[in-house]
Amino acid sequence: MIRGADIVVRSLIAENAEYIFGYPGGAIMPVYDALYDYADQVKHVLTRHEQGAIHAAQGYARVSGKVGVALATSGPGATNLITGLADALIDSTPLVCITGQVAAHLLGTDAFQETDMMGLSMPGTKWNIQVRSVEEIAPAIAKGFHIARSGRPGPVLIDITKNAQVEFGEFNYVPCLGIRSYRPYVTVELPKIQEAALLINEAERPFVLFGQGVVIGKAEEELKAFLDKTGIPAASTLLGSGSLPESHPSYVGKLGMHGNYSPNMLTNKCDVLIAVGMRFDDRVTGDLKRYAKQAKVIHLELDPAEINKNVKCTVPILGDCKQSLSMLIDAVKPNSHPEWMQRFREFENEEREAVMGKDLYATQGGLHMGEVIRLINQYKEDDAVLVTDVGQHQMIAWRYFDYKKTRTQVTSGGLGTMGFALPAALGAQLHNYNRQVICVVGDGGIQMTIQEFGTIMQTKAPVKVVLLNNNYLGMVRQWQQMFFDKRYSFTELENPDFIKIAEAYRIKAVKVTEREELSEAVAQMFIHDGPFFLEVVVEKEDNVFPMIATGCSVEEVRLS
Amino acid sequence: MNRYTILVYTENFIGILNRITIIFTRRGINISALTASESRLDGIHKITIEATVTEEQIIQLVNQIEKIIDVIKAYYFKDDEVVYQEIALYKIPFDSLDPQLEKVIRQFNAHIIAAEKEFVVLEFTGHKEDTQALLEILKPFNLLEFSRSGRVAIAKPKFSVQEYLNNQT
Repeated sequence: MIRGADIVVRSLIAENAEYIFGYPGGAIMPVYDALYDYADQVKHVLTRHEQGAIHAAQGYARVSGKVGVALATSGPGATNLITGLADALIDSTPLVCITGQVAAHLLGTDAFQETDMMGLSMPGTKWNIQVRSVEEIAPAIAKGFHIARSGRPGPVLIDITKNAQVEFGEFNYVPCLGIRSYRPYVTVELPKIQEAALLINEAERPFVLFGQGVVIGKAEEELKAFLDKTGIPAASTLLGSGSLPESHPSYVGKLGMHGNYSPNMLTNKCDVLIAVGMRFDDRVTGDLKRYAKQAKVIHLELDPAEINKNVKCTVPILGDCKQSLSMLIDAVKPNSHPEWMQRFREFENEEREAVMGKDLYATQGGLHMGEVIRLINQYKEDDAVLVTDVGQHQMIAWRYFDYKKTRTQVTSGGLGTMGFALPAALGAQLHNYNRQVICVVGDGGIQMTIQEFGTIMQTKAPVKVVLLNNNYLGMVRQWQQMFFDKRYSFTELENPDFIKIAEAYRIKAVKVTEREELSEAVAQMFIHDGPFFLEVVVEKEDNVFPMIATGCSVEEVRLS
Repeated sequence: MNRYTILVYTENFIGILNRITIIFTRRGINISALTASESRLDGIHKITIEATVTEEQIIQLVNQIEKIIDVIKAYYFKDDEVVYQEIALYKIPFDSLDPQLEKVIRQFNAHIIAAEKEFVVLEFTGHKEDTQALLEILKPFNLLEFSRSGRVAIAKPKFSVQEYLNNQT
């Protein structure tokens, strides 16, 4: 017989959890006491805030493909996880979060640090459960891991009352292999593949959109082979970036509000649209009423609820895209679409002239965010991970980062969580100390979770933090400029001395204000052994283009 | 907009009803009526939900409900695809019982299921329109209280939750 708290830790070890990101407190103390005994088998990382813990777990999960684990106490500790849960749910990130809860006999009495974590977390989790006795602990954790990582991944929350943690019970871990009410995978239907292949083979202007489903489904090779065989132009969503090297001949750029000119312009010109592991987010589609109406839509998707949710499809192909793509590869004929591809390249040139020159190679005026990313590309390794926060810097970094390998893109896509990047970069770095992790943040977002410098200091995670500082909440300011008559209502920031803050956390810090200093500073950052903080003061009122304004059609994407 | 009946078969776990109802809440859709009970199958609960929505909405709702881990299966039906009933109880002062009321009770085939010194309780089962009609008639008889259940429903199309469970791979 062992304590419930030991069962918690041994269950996590049984699930091969490598890291636990957490923060202690009253109702989770027995688990913390147990962790002390298993420090050689599972590493606990003490973040500086529970939100930092869950974002770190997300960062870890996104680069590793494994389930991230976060641990918090009841009440405020638990509620601080909520943003991360909502973020992980919308971005399909596998997490198991364990929260302490007051003793079962105190439930519903407004006991100290009691909060209804089941009710609070329900809309933000794939599954949640409250455990009130010791014998329920291991089965709940086993079920939680199975649910978190299978099918379309997502966050799971397990709320464990304190009495369950201190009761004694038998430990006999049985991994969960299936749940009768839950069918995470379906077999791809061959007739649908044949139907789709017919459309693809006859298409004159087919167009592939790929999303994070390719990464989650480990279907990168299949996607590449499918494009190699068919010669179809392919564009990426925000979270799909990295799953196809940008040097691939079929690659034509990025979709959506701040994506590239050509894929947005030509979405409404294709005759067959093949969506792979993406969910037609409104930031991708713009006005749905004017989105790809002319096209026959083939949707390769694992989650049945995504079929026909936003865009009505002609041929739904339910199932893991690794399987459906490989079946499609066999069913389609070899092809090429040089004239159609040429149209993408023409728009691409237009964008290059109108936007990229200024963004990347400016010689006068304030520094542009794009210049920093261009220099990062110059020095980074192929498998370097880019972690971004939310805002202008996120869009610029996404636009210009040279994605060469899969699982190199970590950002808060669906929820748009400012403050995500710093802790997520920490989690991504801990997965592999030897892989470059570049954390690009803005001066707004970094201050939402800036305390995680402390965790970077303590873990010595060699994260390269690049702050693109324009002294504004830049994206909101851009909207105010464009849609609110330049009424810059509460978007200008009086900022602290970020260098001093980084240095206070004993992180090597360099500030760049001049163009001629930038290249050397970026080089220095990559050479530096250990965490590094690079602040680049950029043009205050710069805008991100191309842009599809809210309510506009993809075709109305503007270059200025 | 159509009136739909959703039949949801679930595991009998705490919180499952909440998980289902927040799907409606999030989309600003009103649940007209809801009943929950054990089903024919051991350990499996059946929840019957009535809502008036568009066909597009009902498909989204059922997809989202089926996505819940502990939901086994969900189906939706239009009114003409289900056999359904609602039960209503009417509390009437004893003094109101007169030949006229007796006639109403006979016409509707309602039952007196409780008689106390001060009042009687009538029970009548039917569609909402029927129980509502009786309610309107009884109001002038100094009706004291009224209570109506959500619908219970049996679908006309054939489906088997048991078969679905047996087909589990």
